[in-house]
Amino acid sequence: MSSSENPRGPQPEPTTGATAGGAAAGREPATPAVAAPGEPILSVRHLVKEFPIRSKGLIPRTIGAVHAVSDISFDLYRGETLGLVGESGCGKSTTSRAVLHLQPATSGSVLFEGVEITTLSNQRMRALRRDMQLVFQDPYASLNPRITVSEIIAEPLKIHGRFQSGGKAYVEDLMQRVGLNPEHGNRYPHEFSGGQRQRIGIARALALKPKVLVLDEPVSALDVSIQAGVINLLEDLQDELGLAYLFVAHDLSVVRHIADRVAVMYLGKIVEIGPADQLFERPLHPYTQALISAIPIPDPRRERERERILVQGDVPSPANPPSGCRFRTRCPLFLTLSEGDQQRCVNEEPLLIDRGLGPGHPAACHYAKVQKVI
Amino acid sequence: MSTNSGSPAGLSDTVLTVDNLTVDFPTPDGAVHAVRGVSYRLNPGEVLGIVGESGSGKSVTSMAVMGLLPKTAKVSGSVRFRDRELLGLSDNEMKTLRGNKIAMIFQDPMTSLNPVYKVGHQLAEAVLAHHDIPKAKARARAIELLEMVDIPQPDRRVDQYPHEFSGGMRQRVVIAIAMANNPDVIIADEPTTALDVTVQAQVLDSLRAAQRETGAAMVLITHDLGVVAGQADRVLVMYAGKPVEIGGVDDIYYNPRMPYTLGLLGSLPRLDQREAGRLTPIQGSPPSLVNLPLGCPFTPRCPLAQDVCETREPDLEPVDADEAGPDGHRSACHFKDRVARHRPADLFDETSADAELPGDFGSDSTGEEQAEPHGPTDVRSVNTDFGTESDRDEQL
Repeated sequence: MSSSENPRGPQPEPTTGATAGGAAAGREPATPAVAAPGEPILSVRHLVKEFPIRSKGLIPRTIGAVHAVSDISFDLYRGETLGLVGESGCGKSTTSRAVLHLQPATSGSVLFEGVEITTLSNQRMRALRRDMQLVFQDPYASLNPRITVSEIIAEPLKIHGRFQSGGKAYVEDLMQRVGLNPEHGNRYPHEFSGGQRQRIGIARALALKPKVLVLDEPVSALDVSIQAGVINLLEDLQDELGLAYLFVAHDLSVVRHIADRVAVMYLGKIVEIGPADQLFERPLHPYTQALISAIPIPDPRRERERERILVQGDVPSPANPPSGCRFRTRCPLFLTLSEGDQQRCVNEEPLLIDRGLGPGHPAACHYAKVQKVI
Repeated sequence: MSTNSGSPAGLSDTVLTVDNLTVDFPTPDGAVHAVRGVSYRLNPGEVLGIVGESGSGKSVTSMAVMGLLPKTAKVSGSVRFRDRELLGLSDNEMKTLRGNKIAMIFQDPMTSLNPVYKVGHQLAEAVLAHHDIPKAKARARAIELLEMVDIPQPDRRVDQYPHEFSGGMRQRVVIAIAMANNPDVIIADEPTTALDVTVQAQVLDSLRAAQRETGAAMVLITHDLGVVAGQADRVLVMYAGKPVEIGGVDDIYYNPRMPYTLGLLGSLPRLDQREAGRLTPIQGSPPSLVNLPLGCPFTPRCPLAQDVCETREPDLEPVDADEAGPDGHRSACHFKDRVARHRPADLFDETSADAELPGDFGSDSTGEEQAEPHGPTDVRSVNTDFGTESDRDEQL
């Protein structure tokens, strides 16, 4: 490895072509990825993940299943950020783990650059993991407290046999790249603040030059003034390295800021997916509308003028989801429908298809209608 | 204003007055100055939002007001409920006020309800603690309270245990308990932080209803600037144990006069902006509260910092003559005039870098400008979180 200058030598910059766009200068988010998608780097089709519920007693039997992820499909394109949002228990973290094959999917297919990974052997999967890395939510739990930061970042290199040639200089370069002082490599994780630890986690994920980074709530444990720096860092890294991000988060403000496209999940299903600006400005699904309208905006005048769409009650149990549309039990739109129309929500599961805003922005609601909520 | 005893100029309307409150926790490494002089006043029916990042002392302040800190904590200053001094009251005397005149809502509804008692019992308990009424009447009141916070089927729910409630409903039960005795002050400490957004919206709705119903004034402590924008009338911003800015909610959001407030607003990604551009983080991290530097604690992270900031901590003063009233807009910054009408991006970098470790402050750039010998500037480099061992390692 050619040490400090450009150790990331054969990096995606040229390969990503259209989507990488201008680096630091052109801060246009990689919208080209939306307009001219090209080949997806990651394709998820009909992914299902169920966790069995076992009975108590001497001989446990499976008496049911938690339907954590129920038949979801989406694509992730090179160089883009796909935000995956939803409330706790909607299956977004399970999705991210199933996509990485950390938890085997119950059924469905995940194609990474055309390779089906759900059926790969552990050995072949390990080789593939170089290209797909994960950044965890909790920067306190995800770093080994007993080894130094350099060792943490070097670990993936050693595992994949890439540390020997110039590994040390490369680790220093990585630290620099994520905004840390390379001289602090011999310190331990507890000597760093939360934001700095998250940067260490990002450096570790970048070590093997992945093409896809799965970020599971990467900034939700951080204070806002610190969070902003990490978000900026993620944007810079994407521009420089042409990474694709699957950005899992519950904070819609962060997602709107960083994502090119957004998928909204509810109770194991994607209810709406579309370009970020369009999804926030012209949401189709009543759940998306309620979710966006529930987010407080740090602007007192706007906050006073806003009307909230309040949803009723709480999320039903994923062990026993409602028939038909899963959101109907809480849906404000459902309440306004005639009885005949309501029957359709109860009996027929709405498909995630074009509902008037084009094939790039499908929604899963029989009666989808754009409603401005910001 | 009709006044009782010797409170200065018409302050008797104020329900809660906190004056120069300080809280120290002794530790083997020296005292942690968790709260270093907080003053605010709460008018009847008003919502005061207290915002700040973790460790800024916002929760400790409210625990001190409620007299709920451990005995080891050293509390000084003054907390007056109407005209009664609360600091120094015995536990028994506090009991007559707690839950009665001043109620508190905690962050985690899972731990603030007792799992082995029915919610009806816990609601009735709050009523019976302060009123000598028959149990049947207390139960009726419990049902009424559940109804007020929008719990469906309150007459059935009253006989259920907390585990039969969802997180949002539990928090609404906690709110119902807080309003049981029609308090004058409700202190809500991160009441919605543990909840999902759609549930947060429901709970904030209930909280507002509770406040309207009882006419109570409320202190709303949160780190979420969005929640404060929608709920608060006035806002107090805390940093390193001290209020750095206080004012009407519009003043704070549209015309902040302290760089920290401006920086916080610039760090927030906005849901309502299409071309949001870059965020402007505040570099570095908050200081350790054990060995604070002499001057303004925000100096190492402040884009406007000058020499004077290193030596003298600014007081919370009116931002201009018009704001000199007791509820006026005040800020603690030597250069509050220079902050006026700036956007965050004017002062803060759109950087993605992280500042040096706190242990390195003072050693490099800041050191050069300090020609005059003012006190121990190297205090800055002492930081409990970052052991001296590593510093030594570096010098080797």
